[in-house]
Amino acid sequence: MFSGLMLNTWIAASLVAVIAGITGYFAVLRGSTFAAHAIPNGAFAGAAGASLLGINVIWGLAVFAVGGALGIGALGDRKARHDVVTALTLVVMLGLGALFVSVSSQYAEETYALLFGEVFGVSRGELLPIGGLGIAAAVAIGVAFRPLMLTSALPEVAAARGVSTRRVELYFLIVMALATSMTVPVVGALLMFSLMIGPAAAARSVTARPGVAMALSVAIALATVWLSIALSYQTNWPLGFFVGVIGAGFYLVGLAARRVAAPRAAAG
Amino acid sequence: MHYLFEPGLFSSGPVRTALLVGAVVAVTSGVIGVFTVLRGQSFAGHSLADVATTGGSGAFLVGVNQFWGFLVAGVVAAALMEGIGVQRRRGRDVATGVVLGAALGLAALFLYLGTLRTATTGAAFTVLFGSIFVISPDTVPVLIASGAVALLVVAVLARVLLLTSVSPDLARARGVHVRLVGIVYLAALAVSVSLAAVAIGAVLSTALLIGPAATALRLTKSPVRAMAVSALAGLAATWLGIVGAYDSYYWPPHGHGWPVSFFVVVLVLAGYLLSYLRPRLRRPPRSPHEEAAECGPEAARV
Repeated sequence: MFSGLMLNTWIAASLVAVIAGITGYFAVLRGSTFAAHAIPNGAFAGAAGASLLGINVIWGLAVFAVGGALGIGALGDRKARHDVVTALTLVVMLGLGALFVSVSSQYAEETYALLFGEVFGVSRGELLPIGGLGIAAAVAIGVAFRPLMLTSALPEVAAARGVSTRRVELYFLIVMALATSMTVPVVGALLMFSLMIGPAAAARSVTARPGVAMALSVAIALATVWLSIALSYQTNWPLGFFVGVIGAGFYLVGLAARRVAAPRAAAG
Repeated sequence: MHYLFEPGLFSSGPVRTALLVGAVVAVTSGVIGVFTVLRGQSFAGHSLADVATTGGSGAFLVGVNQFWGFLVAGVVAAALMEGIGVQRRRGRDVATGVVLGAALGLAALFLYLGTLRTATTGAAFTVLFGSIFVISPDTVPVLIASGAVALLVVAVLARVLLLTSVSPDLARARGVHVRLVGIVYLAALAVSVSLAAVAIGAVLSTALLIGPAATALRLTKSPVRAMAVSALAGLAATWLGIVGAYDSYYWPPHGHGWPVSFFVVVLVLAGYLLSYLRPRLRRPPRSPHEEAAECGPEAARV
């Protein structure tokens, strides 16, 4: 389970879990859950386009992920209708994906891998970009940590201080898009989403302190991924199944813990 | 005429079925979509479509009729989302996300087990993209019936729904069970969306649910008028999309039609972007409360 090729799997999955835990925390905090679903899913359509043109899927993923982030950020002029713009961006990207897929018509095998990931086939060469991106995403969030927190928690105060909520949102979406485009080939579009939301939501429901919650989010994401790989290795069932279900399980445990500590929950 | 309609368009059986099903789905989605947009539940609407298709593939594995699979999955997911969801918009999105994440995990498992049995990987496609041209005629009555049920539920609830969408506090003060209304509404949404998703794919069902409704709500402030506009816009996009897909059979690459969902999505987006051109209605400076109230002036005035 820990030999040769599997070692790459463990390293890649751990890196992805750390990225997902950090970006996911802000996605949940900012209410960008839908965007976290839309960007990886839409990026998947970009991969279909890239394979149609015969270029590396990374480029297709990056173009569609960043394009989607820009679309969501640019069209979403008001908070109230943000979800509408996200939905439209998502269906437009997927509509293009449908076109690419039907025109190339020989894409079915790759689709499954891109949707659900191929974490057991990670090569050493793929580790470098993932690691580099992990650091880049962490740095990007670290640099903008204060404005990100401020616009998430107290948008009015942020506006009064002259911080542009919209620009911060766009910045965050682009970070998420970059993280997505590098992780999707490894863990799949659907998995990336589950890994971003479940652990972060669980962490948030246990504690309100940002630092602790973020660390907890990363820890839960790591635990989810490690458990999933072990189980998937033993049972041969797809990794995405375990990640999705275990992530949701952690959230339910977090909710239950919060109910038990009822007096404080009322304030949170 | 022949430049627009390729010969044989209206005499083809699958095309007629597609036009009929498309109309049912477009009208149902258009009307229900207005509430979805007003309530800020686009994410839930899209998720329910995904979740329902998971249920459908699960039912297929077990050997039960698929309809039961996606109906049960859709309704259970709707109850879960509303059940664990905090009432605030942000909390609700997280609850939706968690349910969707778990459902996608299950979908991965079902598809995997399905490929073990049938050795095809095309299932992932059908789930996402579907195809309006391969609907079997037996599905049509079920689709029409479920659309009618969903519309009926929404029509009965219309006033209460508007009130709870615009001002939950006011609704609660008047003795409305806000959460129950939310669950019943989401269940109706699940029924209509999931059937649409299975017939024409999750992409198209979301596009028809959100696009026309959002466009209509930019054009008019009256919810009733918005529903009419939205249903008509959805219908137009669907029919034009079907005609386009039929015609595209002769476009490059030859012998391969372009997907309907592509045409419909492009038309829906074009409609939404065009609605930006219309000069904005009178808009004084507002607070966040008015932002919500703007969605339904009539309900707000109650």
